[in-house]
Amino acid sequence: MPDLLIELFSEEIPARMQTRAAEDLKKLVTDGLVEAGLTYAGAAALSTPRRLTLAVEGLLAQSPDTCEERKGPKVGAPDKAIEGFLRGAGVTRDQLEERETPKGAVYYAAIEKKGRPAAEIIAEVLENAIRNFPWPKSMRWGSGSLRWVRPLHSILCILSDEAGATVVPLDVDGIASGDTTEGHRFMAPGRIAVTGFADYEAKLKAAKVILSPAERADHIWADAQSAAFAQGLEIVEDKGLLAEVAGLVEWPVVLMGDIAEDFIHLPPEVLQTSMKEHQKFFSVKNPKTDRIEKFITVANRETADHGATILAGNQKVLFARLADAKFFWENDIRVAEAGGQPWLDSLGNVTFHNKLGTQADRIDRIAAMARALAPSVNADAKLTEKAARWAKADLSSEMVYEFPELQGLMGKYYAAPAGYSAEVADAALEHYSPLGPSDDVPSAPVSVAVAMADKLDTLTGFWAIDEKPTGSKDPFALRRAALGVIRLVLDNNLRVELDKLFDAQLLRHEIALNEDGESRAALLRDLDNEIADHGVFGAAIRTVLDHFDGDLSKHLAEVKDSLPDVSSDLLSFFHDRLKVYLRDKGIRHDVIDACLAMPGNDDLTLLVKRAEALATFLSTEDGENLIQGVKRASNILAQAEDKDGVEYSYGADVKFAEDDSEKALFTALDAAEAAITPAMEGEDFAAAMTAMAALRAPIDAFFEAVQINADNQVIRRNRLNLLSRIRMICGGVADLSRIEG
Amino acid sequence: MAETKTKPQCFQEIILRLQNYWAEKGCAVMQPYDMEVGAGTFHPATTLRSLGSQPWAAAYVQPSRRPTDGRYGENPNRLQHYYQYQVLIKPSPPNLQDLYLGSLEAIGIDMDLHDIRFVEDDWESPTLGAWGLGWEVWCDGMEVSQFTYFQQVGGHDCKPVSGELTYGLERLAMYVLGVDHVMDMPFNAPDAPIALTYGDVFKQTEEEYARWNFDTANTDVLLRHFEEAEEECRMILDQAYDDPKTGKRIIMAHPAYDQCIKASHLFNLLDARGVISVTERQAYIGRVRALAKLCADAFVQTAAAGWTPEGDAA
Repeated sequence: MPDLLIELFSEEIPARMQTRAAEDLKKLVTDGLVEAGLTYAGAAALSTPRRLTLAVEGLLAQSPDTCEERKGPKVGAPDKAIEGFLRGAGVTRDQLEERETPKGAVYYAAIEKKGRPAAEIIAEVLENAIRNFPWPKSMRWGSGSLRWVRPLHSILCILSDEAGATVVPLDVDGIASGDTTEGHRFMAPGRIAVTGFADYEAKLKAAKVILSPAERADHIWADAQSAAFAQGLEIVEDKGLLAEVAGLVEWPVVLMGDIAEDFIHLPPEVLQTSMKEHQKFFSVKNPKTDRIEKFITVANRETADHGATILAGNQKVLFARLADAKFFWENDIRVAEAGGQPWLDSLGNVTFHNKLGTQADRIDRIAAMARALAPSVNADAKLTEKAARWAKADLSSEMVYEFPELQGLMGKYYAAPAGYSAEVADAALEHYSPLGPSDDVPSAPVSVAVAMADKLDTLTGFWAIDEKPTGSKDPFALRRAALGVIRLVLDNNLRVELDKLFDAQLLRHEIALNEDGESRAALLRDLDNEIADHGVFGAAIRTVLDHFDGDLSKHLAEVKDSLPDVSSDLLSFFHDRLKVYLRDKGIRHDVIDACLAMPGNDDLTLLVKRAEALATFLSTEDGENLIQGVKRASNILAQAEDKDGVEYSYGADVKFAEDDSEKALFTALDAAEAAITPAMEGEDFAAAMTAMAALRAPIDAFFEAVQINADNQVIRRNRLNLLSRIRMICGGVADLSRIEG
Repeated sequence: MAETKTKPQCFQEIILRLQNYWAEKGCAVMQPYDMEVGAGTFHPATTLRSLGSQPWAAAYVQPSRRPTDGRYGENPNRLQHYYQYQVLIKPSPPNLQDLYLGSLEAIGIDMDLHDIRFVEDDWESPTLGAWGLGWEVWCDGMEVSQFTYFQQVGGHDCKPVSGELTYGLERLAMYVLGVDHVMDMPFNAPDAPIALTYGDVFKQTEEEYARWNFDTANTDVLLRHFEEAEEECRMILDQAYDDPKTGKRIIMAHPAYDQCIKASHLFNLLDARGVISVTERQAYIGRVRALAKLCADAFVQTAAAGWTPEGDAA
């Protein structure tokens, strides 16, 4: 069975696209081959900056003959129908077979397809793959119309077996296939003919090209490590950078150079970012000092001077880059030492979002909320406000302008020179966290308060201007912000009423959005103050209503009608995010629903405590059975209430109990209630659920022994009222009717 | 070839070698455009000539002005006025990368000792409504050129595609000559009777322009000129194709494009004066782009773009 070798040789393919492209080539070609009946034993995709390579082993030499049977019209059908069928099937009338079926005689055609030689199929499949290649960005060149990531120069396509290799002939926009490739652009120019994959790989290596990206990466990593190790240093690991660098070279040569003394005192993150972003250098750290003292660059060639010229050039470029970084650092430190006020002032000229004002406006709102939040996280309110005001100052610094990814970190470095405490410094860095699901959650009280306020301000802001995430679109990363708040609350066991926070911050946004209408803004400010006192939107709004007369009520009505809706919409967004979060932790969505239906569902810590207790409870046999019992009780009750048109909610009396099981249930319910009420008050959900579990046996026994719908109406009513007690007592723990199954 | 292997001695020698190299390779060696532009791409020999079906090959030096980059001549490699070397060949030849590498050899970069790399860098000019794919070319980690295959200019698909090479001359020369501060770079031969450095030629002008760009230019006047250029551009293109005086078909794409260039530079000056807010910025860029598109629309209707009366009739 022959092997297939394909190489698409082009001008330099962007490093970030190579791996994906090689896999796409493999998929497009092998799928196409298999669809045409050419199966194979194995396939491998490889890439270098100038080539995508696919090696397919053990391919069929030709596709098998096939015979397809096709059912046609009835015998005696109009000629037109029969002719149409003949055309479609590609057979003549005398080749048709008549066959008896339950519906009468029907024509059948046997369509035989001869197998086709592999080369023919490959040529079609490959041309199709090239013409429809899913590059993230592609281009035309010269006078042609073909699109490729960069100009495509040659196509190597050969089939090889024991007898030798043959070129699979194809021509794509004037590029004819052949059996040749090129080695390293500078070290081994000229074309090379190959006879199969092993020959190709070996000849490329001789021509200074390592075909496999993994091999290049391993080679770089091993050489870099031994270079560093030899001097008692270590490389700062960076897998993304390693993969990228492996995609920039065909013949990696690792060179290590010094970082000039002038720059060693710069923060290591600054060195690392500058070297990585601009130069694709690895940072080499001294483990004793934790300073970055050297760099590693990866050249694409060997030279007679063993890389001396290349290294000197790179060092010079780095010197210029770091001189810039040092210049930024020193300028920034000067501003910081003077208190950093120019940074804060200039944030007044930076737009955060055209409807949500400047960064300075945003900082004011965040500071207000952080101050309000401080008591619930045990942080000092004044310090927290200070931290919130400092947290974004570094956005105006020169360093962050140059390297946006250093935001927060620079704020931390600049806090001390600006005269701030360590808490404020940490908050500058940590208030962006958690960024992703695996990012650490801050626990320092000041950081937590600022982090919460930052995210809640963003969320309420975009809710206030109705820019919510839709489908896959979430340009302002609002889902991530909500998840961040959820993790901050849960990981720190915070007890906060999100509703109240939403309302307060939404009002702050409303105030900002209505700066022009002075009377309205004044009104909103009043509302804001009232919320701070009352904590509840409704109560606050009533108080303010009392203060104002006639003509202002129009504004008030608008606020009253819209804001609470926006606020509850935002809360349900949080609940959705929470469900996703808890589902990943193994808590079923119906368990969460059962807890969401309870009051206080904006207190996420309480909500999750309840859900966890309920999930644990449901995993026990008592729990599962109790749910069935409670559901049965609820169903019977609902039917009876529906039929009788009354609500059975009160008045079950043990004196009308007839059966022992009925009396026992009374006793059990009294006991359970006596245990559950204080447990719930103390938020001890586990204790409440244990008490509830004790109801399982009495409820089961009761249903076993007693007919609810007794003929005696007094007894029936009493029993229904008893069921209502079950519903009420258990319903105080969670809305069990939402539990599925 | 022996001559090209030697190291050049000064800035102008590098320019001369590039001129000779590209002349040898068949490019029309053109002169700089006589207007203030931000980059060599703005020269009509690139912007307009990359449009339409007519083959083209041009190379030229273009003085370029970026008012916001002024540093009073103190920064080792930032200037508000600098030189770009620009090559545009349409259709892009299949050996353009090799031709380019040859030009590096011509200015004394020894391919056997240096590490040349083509690193992804897609080019986009929001003011010209243009984009292309290509690379920045690295020599030992330093960006020495931009290499772009134009895909669209002024909103028009480039058919055929032009290959564009842009060399930042000062930076490249500093590297080749081993100079650390641009002002120290020899401009003419160091052994010339009157040897001049880059600083002798440009240090004072950098100071003068930096002061004018940042603090002195009258923004009211600049704003008015911007609007006048915009108006003039539209007025020119509003004229009928057929000239009533000569009876000839004369589409004034180039005069209109001059006004577009003017507007673009005025915008850069306003930007340096710090009177354009972040939100306004986009609006100004959009206004210049609108002019560039109109000019491109007009140019493709001309003979230089391959327009023929027959083609129009068909």
